[in-house]
Amino acid sequence: MSRRAWVQQIMGMPISIHLRGKDVDSPMVAHVVEDAFVLLREADRLFSTYRDDSEVSRIRRGELDPGHADPLVQEVIALCRQAGELTKGAFTDQLPDDQGVLRFDPTGLVKGWAADRAANRLAELPGLAFCLNAGGDVVVGGTESETESETEVQVNGGSRPSKDGSGALWRVGIEDPRDRSRVAQVVQLHHGGVATSGTAARGAHLYDPNAQTFVDRAGSVSVIGPSLMWADVWATALFVGPKSLMLRFSEVADGYRVISL
Amino acid sequence: MRRIVSTILSTISIMVLLFSYHTSSSSATVSASPVVQQPASSDPNPPSGSLTSGGSSKSGGTSTTRPGPAAKPSPPAAIAYTGGVASTRWGPVQVRITVRGGKVTRAQAVQYPQGTNQDAQINSYALPILDQEVVQKQSASIDTVSGATVTSDGYLQSLQSAIDQAHL
Repeated sequence: MSRRAWVQQIMGMPISIHLRGKDVDSPMVAHVVEDAFVLLREADRLFSTYRDDSEVSRIRRGELDPGHADPLVQEVIALCRQAGELTKGAFTDQLPDDQGVLRFDPTGLVKGWAADRAANRLAELPGLAFCLNAGGDVVVGGTESETESETEVQVNGGSRPSKDGSGALWRVGIEDPRDRSRVAQVVQLHHGGVATSGTAARGAHLYDPNAQTFVDRAGSVSVIGPSLMWADVWATALFVGPKSLMLRFSEVADGYRVISL
Repeated sequence: MRRIVSTILSTISIMVLLFSYHTSSSSATVSASPVVQQPASSDPNPPSGSLTSGGSSKSGGTSTTRPGPAAKPSPPAAIAYTGGVASTRWGPVQVRITVRGGKVTRAQAVQYPQGTNQDAQINSYALPILDQEVVQKQSASIDTVSGATVTSDGYLQSLQSAIDQAHL
Protein backbone atom coordinates (compact mmCIF):
# COMPACT_ATOMS: atom_id res chain seq x y z
CA MET A 1 0.00 0.00 0.00
CA SER A 2 1.33 3.39 -0.87
CA ARG A 3 0.51 6.98 -0.29
CA ARG A 4 0.81 10.00 -2.48
CA ALA A 5 0.10 13.70 -2.14
CA TRP A 6 -0.73 16.51 -4.55
CA VAL A 7 -0.78 20.18 -3.60
CA GLN A 8 -2.13 23.15 -5.52
CA GLN A 9 -2.70 26.75 -4.52
CA ILE A 10 -6.34 27.60 -5.19
CA MET A 11 -8.56 30.28 -3.68
CA GLY A 12 -5.51 31.81 -2.08
CA MET A 13 -4.74 28.76 -0.03
CA PRO A 14 -2.91 25.48 -0.26
CA ILE A 15 -5.13 22.54 -1.05
CA SER A 16 -3.60 19.13 -0.64
CA ILE A 17 -4.99 15.78 -1.64
CA HIS A 18 -3.52 12.64 -0.12
CA LEU A 19 -4.42 9.20 -1.37
CA ARG A 20 -3.72 5.85 0.22
CA GLY A 21 -4.10 2.44 -1.31
CA LYS A 22 -3.01 0.57 -4.36
CA ASP A 23 -2.08 2.12 -7.68
CA VAL A 24 -1.85 5.70 -6.50
CA ASP A 25 0.47 6.33 -9.44
CA SER A 26 -1.89 5.18 -12.15
CA PRO A 27 -2.98 7.61 -14.89
CA MET A 28 -6.62 7.08 -13.95
CA VAL A 29 -5.89 8.27 -10.43
CA ALA A 30 -4.04 11.32 -11.69
CA HIS A 31 -7.01 12.10 -13.92
CA VAL A 32 -9.51 11.98 -11.06
CA VAL A 33 -7.28 14.05 -8.80
CA GLU A 34 -7.02 16.67 -11.52
CA ASP A 35 -10.81 16.61 -11.83
CA ALA A 36 -11.05 17.38 -8.13
CA PHE A 37 -8.71 20.35 -8.52
CA VAL A 38 -10.72 21.49 -11.55
CA LEU A 39 -13.86 21.57 -9.42
CA LEU A 40 -12.06 23.68 -6.85
CA ARG A 41 -10.78 26.10 -9.48
CA GLU A 42 -14.28 26.35 -10.91
CA ALA A 43 -15.53 27.38 -7.48
CA ASP A 44 -12.80 29.98 -7.31
CA ARG A 45 -13.82 31.36 -10.70
CA LEU A 46 -17.46 31.69 -9.72
CA PHE A 47 -17.18 32.76 -6.11
CA SER A 48 -13.91 34.58 -5.52
CA THR A 49 -14.29 38.09 -4.15
CA TYR A 50 -10.73 38.72 -5.32
CA ARG A 51 -11.58 38.24 -8.99
CA ASP A 52 -13.38 41.15 -10.56
CA ASP A 53 -14.94 38.87 -13.15
CA SER A 54 -16.39 36.27 -10.77
CA GLU A 55 -20.14 36.02 -10.53
CA VAL A 56 -19.99 36.89 -6.86
CA SER A 57 -18.03 40.06 -7.62
CA ARG A 58 -20.60 40.99 -10.24
CA ILE A 59 -23.41 40.42 -7.76
CA ARG A 60 -21.56 42.56 -5.23
CA ARG A 61 -21.33 45.40 -7.74
CA GLY A 62 -24.99 45.04 -8.61
CA GLU A 63 -24.20 43.98 -12.15
CA LEU A 64 -25.70 40.53 -11.86
CA ASP A 65 -29.10 39.63 -10.52
CA PRO A 66 -28.63 36.57 -8.25
CA GLY A 67 -31.70 35.08 -9.88
CA HIS A 68 -29.80 34.96 -13.16
CA ALA A 69 -26.57 33.62 -11.70
CA ASP A 70 -25.04 30.25 -12.41
CA PRO A 71 -27.05 27.39 -10.87
CA LEU A 72 -24.12 26.64 -8.59
CA VAL A 73 -24.18 30.20 -7.29
CA GLN A 74 -27.90 29.93 -6.67
CA GLU A 75 -27.33 26.67 -4.83
CA VAL A 76 -24.79 28.35 -2.57
CA ILE A 77 -27.09 31.32 -1.96
CA ALA A 78 -29.81 28.93 -0.80
CA LEU A 79 -27.34 27.09 1.46
CA CYS A 80 -26.19 30.39 2.97
CA ARG A 81 -29.77 31.26 3.80
CA GLN A 82 -30.22 27.86 5.41
CA ALA A 83 -26.99 28.27 7.37
CA GLY A 84 -28.11 31.63 8.67
CA GLU A 85 -31.37 30.16 9.89
CA LEU A 86 -29.78 27.10 11.47
CA THR A 87 -27.21 29.15 13.36
CA LYS A 88 -29.69 31.85 14.41
CA GLY A 89 -27.84 34.43 12.42
CA ALA A 90 -24.35 33.63 13.65
CA PHE A 91 -23.48 32.65 10.10
CA THR A 92 -23.95 35.35 7.51
CA ASP A 93 -23.22 35.89 3.83
CA GLN A 94 -23.33 39.67 4.30
CA LEU A 95 -19.85 40.87 5.25
CA PRO A 96 -18.46 44.39 5.40
CA ASP A 97 -16.26 45.36 2.47
CA ASP A 98 -13.26 47.69 2.69
CA GLN A 99 -15.57 50.63 3.21
CA GLY A 100 -17.56 48.82 5.87
CA VAL A 101 -20.56 48.35 3.60
CA LEU A 102 -22.26 44.98 3.96
CA ARG A 103 -22.06 43.01 0.74
CA PHE A 104 -22.81 39.48 -0.39
CA ASP A 105 -19.84 37.28 0.51
CA PRO A 106 -20.45 33.53 0.71
CA THR A 107 -16.75 32.74 1.22
CA GLY A 108 -17.36 31.24 4.64
CA LEU A 109 -19.50 28.53 3.16
CA VAL A 110 -18.02 28.11 -0.30
CA LYS A 111 -14.74 26.65 0.86
CA GLY A 112 -16.36 23.69 2.58
CA TRP A 113 -18.94 23.34 -0.15
CA ALA A 114 -16.27 23.21 -2.84
CA ALA A 115 -14.12 20.81 -0.84
CA ASP A 116 -17.08 18.48 -0.35
CA ARG A 117 -17.72 18.55 -4.10
CA ALA A 118 -14.11 17.69 -4.82
CA ALA A 119 -14.25 14.97 -2.18
CA ASN A 120 -17.25 13.39 -3.87
CA ARG A 121 -15.22 13.10 -7.04
CA LEU A 122 -12.32 11.50 -5.15
CA ALA A 123 -14.72 9.06 -3.51
CA GLU A 124 -15.28 7.54 -6.94
CA LEU A 125 -11.76 6.15 -6.92
CA PRO A 126 -12.06 2.45 -6.24
CA GLY A 127 -9.94 1.02 -3.47
CA LEU A 128 -8.42 4.31 -2.44
CA ALA A 129 -8.85 6.41 0.66
CA PHE A 130 -8.50 10.16 0.36
CA CYS A 131 -7.76 13.10 2.61
CA LEU A 132 -8.32 16.58 1.23
CA ASN A 133 -7.05 19.53 3.24
CA ALA A 134 -8.19 22.97 2.12
CA GLY A 135 -6.25 25.51 4.12
CA GLY A 136 -6.81 23.76 7.41
CA ASP A 137 -10.25 22.29 6.80
CA VAL A 138 -10.21 18.58 6.14
CA VAL A 139 -12.49 16.09 4.45
CA VAL A 140 -11.67 12.37 4.28
CA GLY A 141 -13.32 9.30 2.83
CA GLY A 142 -12.96 6.37 0.49
CA THR A 143 -11.90 2.87 1.28
CA GLU A 144 -8.63 1.05 1.08
CA SER A 145 -9.96 -2.22 -0.19
CA GLU A 146 -6.62 -3.87 0.24
CA THR A 147 -6.64 -3.46 4.01
CA GLU A 148 -10.31 -3.82 4.56
CA SER A 149 -10.03 -6.95 6.61
CA GLU A 150 -7.44 -5.35 8.80
CA THR A 151 -9.26 -2.13 9.39
CA GLU A 152 -11.11 -2.21 12.62
CA VAL A 153 -14.61 -0.99 12.74
CA GLN A 154 -14.71 2.01 14.98
CA VAL A 155 -16.53 2.24 18.23
CA ASN A 156 -20.01 1.05 17.66
CA GLY A 157 -22.87 3.39 17.25
CA GLY A 158 -22.99 6.29 14.88
CA SER A 159 -24.97 5.90 11.72
CA ARG A 160 -21.82 6.29 9.80
CA PRO A 161 -21.27 5.64 6.41
CA SER A 162 -19.58 3.14 4.28
CA LYS A 163 -21.97 0.30 4.22
CA ASP A 164 -19.46 -2.34 5.06
CA GLY A 165 -18.36 -0.28 8.03
CA SER A 166 -14.82 -0.08 6.81
CA GLY A 167 -12.66 2.65 5.47
CA ALA A 168 -9.26 4.04 6.04
CA LEU A 169 -8.53 5.76 9.28
CA TRP A 170 -7.05 9.24 8.98
CA ARG A 171 -5.45 10.95 11.92
CA VAL A 172 -6.33 14.61 11.87
CA GLY A 173 -4.30 16.74 14.23
CA ILE A 174 -6.10 19.74 15.68
CA GLU A 175 -3.66 22.61 15.75
CA ASP A 176 -3.02 24.28 19.07
CA PRO A 177 -4.35 27.82 18.52
CA ARG A 178 -1.82 29.21 20.98
CA ASP A 179 1.18 27.52 19.42
CA ARG A 180 0.62 26.61 15.82
CA SER A 181 3.63 24.35 15.70
CA ARG A 182 1.89 22.03 18.09
CA VAL A 183 -0.97 19.66 17.78
CA ALA A 184 -3.39 19.90 20.68
CA GLN A 185 -5.57 16.91 19.91
CA VAL A 186 -5.97 14.17 17.39
CA VAL A 187 -9.24 13.16 15.81
CA GLN A 188 -9.44 9.89 13.95
CA LEU A 189 -12.05 9.31 11.34
CA HIS A 190 -12.85 7.32 8.23
CA HIS A 191 -15.36 9.61 6.60
CA GLY A 192 -16.42 13.18 7.07
CA GLY A 193 -15.05 16.61 7.69
CA VAL A 194 -13.06 18.44 10.33
CA ALA A 195 -13.24 22.24 10.25
CA THR A 196 -11.47 24.65 12.56
CA SER A 197 -12.22 28.32 12.98
CA GLY A 198 -10.06 30.73 14.88
CA THR A 199 -7.93 33.80 14.59
CA ALA A 200 -4.51 32.16 14.87
CA ALA A 201 -3.59 32.27 11.20
CA ARG A 202 -5.20 35.39 9.82
CA GLY A 203 -6.06 37.55 12.79
CA ALA A 204 -9.49 38.99 13.36
CA HIS A 205 -11.16 37.98 10.11
CA LEU A 206 -14.24 36.28 11.53
CA TYR A 207 -17.27 38.51 11.60
CA ASP A 208 -19.99 38.45 14.22
CA PRO A 209 -23.12 39.66 12.44
CA ASN A 210 -25.07 40.11 15.64
CA ALA A 211 -22.47 42.35 17.26
CA GLN A 212 -21.53 43.77 13.84
CA THR A 213 -17.88 43.49 14.58
CA PHE A 214 -14.93 41.27 13.80
CA VAL A 215 -14.11 38.86 16.56
CA ASP A 216 -10.67 39.12 18.08
CA ARG A 217 -10.23 36.49 20.71
CA ALA A 218 -7.85 33.63 21.20
CA GLY A 219 -8.70 30.00 20.84
CA SER A 220 -10.40 27.97 18.17
CA VAL A 221 -13.48 25.88 17.59
CA SER A 222 -13.33 22.65 15.62
CA VAL A 223 -16.39 20.79 14.43
CA ILE A 224 -16.38 17.21 13.17
CA GLY A 225 -19.19 15.62 11.20
CA PRO A 226 -20.40 14.08 7.97
CA SER A 227 -20.18 17.21 5.81
CA LEU A 228 -17.20 19.55 5.84
CA MET A 229 -19.37 22.42 4.69
CA TRP A 230 -21.68 22.16 7.67
CA ALA A 231 -18.80 21.49 10.03
CA ASP A 232 -17.20 24.70 8.80
CA VAL A 233 -20.41 26.72 9.06
CA TRP A 234 -20.82 25.57 12.65
CA ALA A 235 -17.19 26.07 13.58
CA THR A 236 -17.39 29.69 12.50
CA ALA A 237 -20.82 30.24 14.02
CA LEU A 238 -19.78 28.77 17.36
CA PHE A 239 -16.58 30.80 17.37
CA VAL A 240 -18.30 34.13 16.81
CA GLY A 241 -21.70 33.37 18.31
CA PRO A 242 -23.00 33.50 21.86
CA LYS A 243 -22.44 30.62 24.24
CA SER A 244 -26.13 29.81 24.04
CA LEU A 245 -25.60 28.78 20.44
CA MET A 246 -24.02 25.58 21.73
CA LEU A 247 -27.45 24.44 22.83
CA ARG A 248 -28.84 25.13 19.39
CA PHE A 249 -25.93 23.21 17.89
CA SER A 250 -26.63 20.16 20.03
CA GLU A 251 -30.26 20.28 18.98
CA VAL A 252 -29.98 20.71 15.24
CA ALA A 253 -26.52 19.53 14.21
CA ASP A 254 -27.15 15.83 14.51
CA GLY A 255 -24.01 13.80 14.01
CA TYR A 256 -21.66 16.71 14.61
CA ARG A 257 -19.44 17.30 17.58
CA VAL A 258 -17.29 20.16 18.73
CA ILE A 259 -13.86 20.65 20.23
CA SER A 260 -13.16 24.04 21.78
CA LEU A 261 -9.58 25.02 22.45
CA MET B 1 8.43 -0.35 26.23
CA ARG B 2 7.52 0.32 29.82
CA ARG B 3 7.52 3.99 29.01
CA ILE B 4 5.27 3.46 26.07
CA VAL B 5 2.79 1.61 28.19
CA SER B 6 2.77 4.26 30.86
CA THR B 7 2.33 6.94 28.28
CA ILE B 8 -0.51 5.03 26.78
CA LEU B 9 -2.12 4.65 30.16
CA SER B 10 -2.01 8.38 30.59
CA THR B 11 -3.64 8.60 27.22
CA ILE B 12 -6.40 6.38 28.44
CA SER B 13 -7.01 8.76 31.29
CA ILE B 14 -7.48 11.56 28.85
CA MET B 15 -9.81 9.51 26.75
CA VAL B 16 -11.86 8.74 29.79
CA LEU B 17 -12.20 12.42 30.43
CA LEU B 18 -13.22 13.05 26.89
CA PHE B 19 -15.73 10.27 26.95
CA SER B 20 -17.07 11.72 30.15
CA TYR B 21 -17.49 14.95 28.31
CA HIS B 22 -19.43 13.35 25.55
CA THR B 23 -21.81 11.62 27.85
CA SER B 24 -22.92 14.99 29.08
CA SER B 25 -24.87 16.05 26.11
CA SER B 26 -25.87 19.56 26.97
CA SER B 27 -23.01 21.23 28.75
CA ALA B 28 -20.10 22.49 26.77
CA THR B 29 -17.90 23.23 29.69
CA VAL B 30 -17.65 20.06 31.67
CA SER B 31 -14.36 19.95 33.42
CA ALA B 32 -12.35 17.63 35.53
CA SER B 33 -13.86 14.35 36.42
CA PRO B 34 -12.08 12.05 38.80
CA VAL B 35 -9.29 10.18 37.15
CA VAL B 36 -8.22 6.83 38.33
CA GLN B 37 -5.20 6.39 36.13
CA GLN B 38 -3.00 9.33 36.81
CA PRO B 39 -0.58 10.03 34.02
CA ALA B 40 2.66 8.34 34.80
CA SER B 41 4.58 10.87 32.81
CA SER B 42 6.92 13.47 34.17
CA ASP B 43 4.81 16.24 32.77
CA PRO B 44 4.96 19.01 35.35
CA ASN B 45 1.66 20.33 34.17
CA PRO B 46 -0.71 17.42 33.93
CA PRO B 47 -3.79 17.92 31.81
CA SER B 48 -6.63 19.28 33.84
CA GLY B 49 -9.29 17.31 32.14
CA SER B 50 -10.91 20.41 30.82
CA LEU B 51 -11.48 20.44 27.13
CA THR B 52 -9.91 23.84 26.96
CA SER B 53 -6.46 22.37 26.85
CA GLY B 54 -3.96 25.04 26.09
CA GLY B 55 -0.38 24.87 25.11
CA SER B 56 0.89 24.89 28.62
CA SER B 57 2.23 21.41 28.98
CA LYS B 58 5.79 20.83 28.02
CA SER B 59 6.96 17.96 25.97
CA GLY B 60 9.60 17.42 28.55
CA GLY B 61 12.49 16.42 26.36
CA THR B 62 12.18 12.79 27.17
CA SER B 63 13.54 10.41 24.63
CA THR B 64 11.19 9.54 21.90
CA THR B 65 9.15 6.42 22.12
CA ARG B 66 8.13 6.39 18.55
CA PRO B 67 9.43 3.27 16.93
CA GLY B 68 11.84 3.86 14.12
CA PRO B 69 11.12 2.96 10.54
CA ALA B 70 10.26 -0.66 10.32
CA ALA B 71 13.38 -2.71 10.59
CA LYS B 72 11.31 -5.83 10.15
CA PRO B 73 9.53 -6.75 6.98
CA SER B 74 6.39 -7.88 8.71
CA PRO B 75 3.70 -5.37 9.65
CA PRO B 76 3.54 -4.41 13.30
CA ALA B 77 1.21 -6.42 15.44
CA ALA B 78 -1.75 -4.85 17.09
CA ILE B 79 -1.63 -4.73 20.85
CA ALA B 80 -4.62 -3.88 22.99
CA TYR B 81 -4.37 -2.08 26.31
CA THR B 82 -7.25 -1.76 28.69
CA GLY B 83 -7.24 1.14 31.07
CA GLY B 84 -8.44 1.13 34.63
CA VAL B 85 -12.00 1.90 35.49
CA ALA B 86 -12.49 5.59 36.05
CA SER B 87 -15.32 6.85 38.17
CA THR B 88 -17.07 9.73 36.55
CA ARG B 89 -20.07 11.54 37.80
CA TRP B 90 -22.12 9.62 35.30
CA GLY B 91 -20.76 6.27 36.37
CA PRO B 92 -17.78 4.04 35.67
CA VAL B 93 -15.95 4.33 32.37
CA GLN B 94 -13.31 2.01 31.05
CA VAL B 95 -11.54 2.35 27.75
CA ARG B 96 -9.55 -0.05 25.63
CA ILE B 97 -7.17 1.12 22.95
CA THR B 98 -5.45 -0.78 20.22
CA VAL B 99 -1.95 0.20 19.27
CA ARG B 100 -0.29 -0.79 16.04
CA GLY B 101 3.19 0.29 15.20
CA GLY B 102 3.19 2.88 17.95
CA LYS B 103 -0.05 4.48 16.82
CA VAL B 104 -3.40 4.30 18.47
CA THR B 105 -5.53 2.64 15.83
CA ARG B 106 -8.69 2.07 17.79
CA ALA B 107 -10.36 3.12 20.99
CA GLN B 108 -13.49 1.78 22.49
CA ALA B 109 -15.37 2.09 25.72
CA VAL B 110 -15.63 -1.37 27.26
CA GLN B 111 -17.59 -0.07 30.21
CA TYR B 112 -19.71 3.01 30.30
CA PRO B 113 -22.46 4.52 32.41
CA GLN B 114 -25.75 2.74 32.08
CA GLY B 115 -28.66 4.83 31.03
CA THR B 116 -26.73 7.22 28.89
CA ASN B 117 -27.11 7.21 25.19
CA GLN B 118 -23.64 5.87 24.74
CA ASP B 119 -23.92 4.82 21.15
CA ALA B 120 -25.03 8.22 20.05
CA GLN B 121 -22.46 10.01 22.12
CA ILE B 122 -19.42 7.95 21.30
CA ASN B 123 -19.86 7.69 17.61
CA SER B 124 -17.58 6.68 14.87
CA TYR B 125 -16.88 10.03 13.29
CA ALA B 126 -14.10 10.84 15.55
CA LEU B 127 -12.28 9.76 18.59
CA PRO B 128 -10.81 12.82 20.11
CA ILE B 129 -8.01 11.42 22.05
CA LEU B 130 -4.41 11.62 22.91
CA ASP B 131 -2.62 13.40 25.60
CA GLN B 132 -0.63 16.34 24.32
CA GLU B 133 2.64 14.77 25.26
CA VAL B 134 1.79 11.73 23.24
CA VAL B 135 0.78 13.95 20.38
CA GLN B 136 4.12 15.69 20.38
CA LYS B 137 5.88 12.38 20.15
CA GLN B 138 3.62 11.13 17.44
CA SER B 139 3.14 14.25 15.40
CA ALA B 140 5.25 12.78 12.66
CA SER B 141 2.59 10.17 12.15
CA ILE B 142 -0.35 12.52 11.95
CA ASP B 143 -1.91 12.46 8.52
CA THR B 144 -3.11 16.01 8.29
CA VAL B 145 -3.71 19.13 10.32
CA SER B 146 -6.90 21.08 10.90
CA GLY B 147 -6.43 24.63 12.06
CA ALA B 148 -7.38 28.20 11.51
CA THR B 149 -7.32 28.95 7.82
CA VAL B 150 -3.88 28.68 6.34
CA THR B 151 -3.17 31.07 3.53
CA SER B 152 -0.77 30.41 0.71
CA ASP B 153 1.66 32.80 2.37
CA GLY B 154 1.63 30.92 5.63
CA TYR B 155 1.72 27.48 4.13
CA LEU B 156 5.45 26.94 3.97
CA GLN B 157 5.76 27.35 7.71
CA SER B 158 2.90 25.04 8.45
CA LEU B 159 2.94 21.55 9.81
CA GLN B 160 0.69 20.55 6.95
CA SER B 161 3.36 21.62 4.52
CA ALA B 162 5.83 19.25 6.15
CA ILE B 163 3.34 16.41 5.92
CA ASP B 164 2.63 17.14 2.26
CA GLN B 165 6.35 17.27 1.48
CA ALA B 166 6.82 13.84 2.94
CA HIS B 167 4.41 12.34 0.43
CA LEU B 168 4.77 14.38 -2.73
